[in-house]
Amino acid sequence: MAVTDDVTEVETRSYVTGLRCRVCRAEYPEQPLAICDDCFGPLEVEYDYDAVARVLSRELIASRPPTMWRYRELLPLTAPPRVGLETGYTPLVPAPRLGAALGLKNLYIKNDGVCHPTLSFKDRVVAVSLSKACEFGFDTVGCASTGNLANSVAANAARAGLRAYIFIPDALEHAKILGTQIYGARVIAVRGTYDDVNRLCSEIVYTWNWGLVNVNLRPFYSEGSKTVGFEIAEQLGWRAPDAIVVPMAGGSLLVKIQKAFAELQRLGLIPPARVRLFGAQAQGCNPIVAAVREERDEIRPVKPRTIAHSLAIGDPADGDFAARVIRESGGWAEDATDEEILAGIRLLAETEGMFTETAGGVTVAVARKLAAQGYLSPEETVVLAITGNGLKTMDALTASPLITISPKISDVERVLRDFSEGGSQP
Amino acid sequence: MSVTVRIPQPLRRFTENRDLIELSAMTVGEALEQLERQYPGITERLREPDGRLRRFVNIYVDGEDIRFLSGLATELKDGMEVSIIPAIAGG
Repeated sequence: MAVTDDVTEVETRSYVTGLRCRVCRAEYPEQPLAICDDCFGPLEVEYDYDAVARVLSRELIASRPPTMWRYRELLPLTAPPRVGLETGYTPLVPAPRLGAALGLKNLYIKNDGVCHPTLSFKDRVVAVSLSKACEFGFDTVGCASTGNLANSVAANAARAGLRAYIFIPDALEHAKILGTQIYGARVIAVRGTYDDVNRLCSEIVYTWNWGLVNVNLRPFYSEGSKTVGFEIAEQLGWRAPDAIVVPMAGGSLLVKIQKAFAELQRLGLIPPARVRLFGAQAQGCNPIVAAVREERDEIRPVKPRTIAHSLAIGDPADGDFAARVIRESGGWAEDATDEEILAGIRLLAETEGMFTETAGGVTVAVARKLAAQGYLSPEETVVLAITGNGLKTMDALTASPLITISPKISDVERVLRDFSEGGSQP
Repeated sequence: MSVTVRIPQPLRRFTENRDLIELSAMTVGEALEQLERQYPGITERLREPDGRLRRFVNIYVDGEDIRFLSGLATELKDGMEVSIIPAIAGG
């Protein structure tokens, strides 16, 4: 092997044993298939954990480059990754100033707003699913997206030389549309909500031989989300947090973060501990929060009305799984109004210098409520999953009026008085 | 009422690979019963033993999820399209 760079010198051994229906447990060989033929239930990737346990150690992981592929034995590839080799290992940032505002002494932000290459956690799931698309031999890929996934599929497909068809609802933020078209992807806006787009894409995979990352490649795609949990545990010094607040759209991220901690515990890489999972949604699209509050597994779909477009999924595919994981973990779920979302964005920016998108505003606003309600306690280690970047959803915010002056000291003195700060003269 | 039922690919093994089935029914539930009469075994894939729709099957009438209408009791009019679509996608 000529290549010595460890990023590409990836062991080709796969630990995947196949796919299994999460509902009726029917087994399937590895293939681009997301739905059980018998009961329509979702398929999940299965691993040989005993074999993984024999090779994977903290030391081996720590010896690898700081990307999501340092946990490659727990990702569903059979060949070395071909897409998103630099993705992941985003900062876990201590957030004492936000913590002070919320009354939490050990608060951390997992900041996927700086994920490579398109500034959201979707780069992780796309790295896995497009690598898998290459393995399966697809030359055309795509997705149903509320924006972040569109950006990531378009960018990563461009770099991998794959043709991309991106289906989005027709009322998305300008930045997310531009940030998809720029990569040369074929962007198709569908009149309706994200749920309408999803339904269309569910039919498209049976009509064209495409790899749609969150439709027929979904079992592989969703596994990429586990790396958020793996990284948090490693970055905390190989332990899980006491609690984590996760934004919920389809509900998959929360479920996969729980799975990540469970896998690390099973492999002996972190000590056994209960992690409470808390789900965050916008009040205008809260079907999972409603299910948690009303103590039911069944999700009742809603028609989304929220500025948090990236969370606007009225019929969440993993909603009932997320509700169950939250309940079984001893967590809870809350929602935030549009005003609270905007206040959450500003609070994170002003306290920790991080500009998150509307989904991040939801997470911060919900964390604030959970702390106030006593679900999060001051001494415990709490992580907020910030999944996207504020530069993409600036439409939701209004800039303050700009103060303009002439280039004169007297003008500066005047505005300093206006700011009521007086200015500290040298 | 004469309506068209769109069959998703995983169920076409029951319908001789036909994707559109014309039938006559007053409600969505009745349409499923008609479907079962024509293609025995097909609705076992769609309904729980107690008759409820399975969790991962969605049914739409002219594009609207029947959970926003009257569920299986949703009334059908001449020319309407009933689509059966797997629920697991997206997010």
